[in-house]
Amino acid sequence: MSAAIRKIVVQVDEIHTEMGRVVTPPTRRALAIAVIANPFAGEYTEDLAALITIGEELGGLLGEKCVAALNIQPEEAQSYGKAAIVGEAGELEHAAAILHPKMGASLRRAVGSGAALVPSAKKRGGLGSTIDVPLGHKDAAFVRSHFDAIEARVPDAPRAGEILVAIAVTDSGRPLPRVGGLQVHEILGKDGLR
Amino acid sequence: MIELRRVLTQVEDIHHEFGPPAATPLRRGAALAVIANPYAGRYVANILPFMTELQSLGLLLARRLLAALAVPPERVQGYGKAAIVGAAGELEHGALWHAPGGYGMREVLGWRDAAPDGVAGQPGNALAIVPSTKKVAPPGASIDVPLTHLNASYVRSHLDCIEVRVPGSPAADELVYILAMSLGPRIQERLGGLRVEQISRWDGQK
Repeated sequence: MSAAIRKIVVQVDEIHTEMGRVVTPPTRRALAIAVIANPFAGEYTEDLAALITIGEELGGLLGEKCVAALNIQPEEAQSYGKAAIVGEAGELEHAAAILHPKMGASLRRAVGSGAALVPSAKKRGGLGSTIDVPLGHKDAAFVRSHFDAIEARVPDAPRAGEILVAIAVTDSGRPLPRVGGLQVHEILGKDGLR
Repeated sequence: MIELRRVLTQVEDIHHEFGPPAATPLRRGAALAVIANPYAGRYVANILPFMTELQSLGLLLARRLLAALAVPPERVQGYGKAAIVGAAGELEHGALWHAPGGYGMREVLGWRDAAPDGVAGQPGNALAIVPSTKKVAPPGASIDVPLTHLNASYVRSHLDCIEVRVPGSPAADELVYILAMSLGPRIQERLGGLRVEQISRWDGQK
């Protein structure tokens, strides 16, 4: 089953200064959001395979849109995250079906690699609900400079029978990271953690 | 001197609004600049020098938005602008955006002075006044940016609106200046009125 897409929103957020200090180069976080029909709205369905397939499709589509919006090569992506808001006629498990079984693999193809877990958030919501999409370094989850989040919102979604699906990709960490921890140059890149 | 703190671009493709899917999705977008408010926290009588400085920001945002929309300027059909002033500023600081934002965008879209009387046909592009909204608001506030057809404000199919915001901005001492463009009419427009192909006066209105 292919996603019935009503709308796609793509954003790029660049931070040039923080606390009066110039950020060089500016941090850049891309966000791609699809608003889709929830094929299982209004009823309990045991088999969620259709949503799992949709998740796989959207992981690639939205991941590629982020990379294109940043105007980078896939390998230049540094951190990623994903999230979903289920409209009122759906259940949290619908978001889980999109996000967890197959979305990660197609997203990783879109960003060249990705040994680390793709951090995620989900909730039920209504029109204009916001969700904070967590961000983590794609090759090593412990990289402290890349722990971040970006807020996603579409004013007219999700309707009761819709699901909002968001993917975030960056080519940078926080603007002025200085709380220590594992650094990018120390990444081993084998176990997804360090 | 403009202290540019943040730029956010946003592009959306609308495939349908619960009616028949359009052959071509409607693409709309906005570019939002977060800058330091040089007049935050005090009343300054003469703020016109900053309006002149903002001309470069108008051009920058218009070009960034056009790049994000990924189309040549002639594909743009509608436009609008807006400003959000942080809590330590006044509404008049938002009004500074009218001329540099509007004319920056119009210049990028092919604006020319109106044709002399008696000259028939379209004198240039971006003839219509750029519709706008402004307010003083807290970080993360949303604002509805009105959109109209760029050559004739009365074209009913293109009367539209796009809601935008920058999470976390404006801080009290910041300004958010916004430009918006659309590549077509409302996705399911069917209310008649003046049509694009009926534009005849080329006066920016009809």
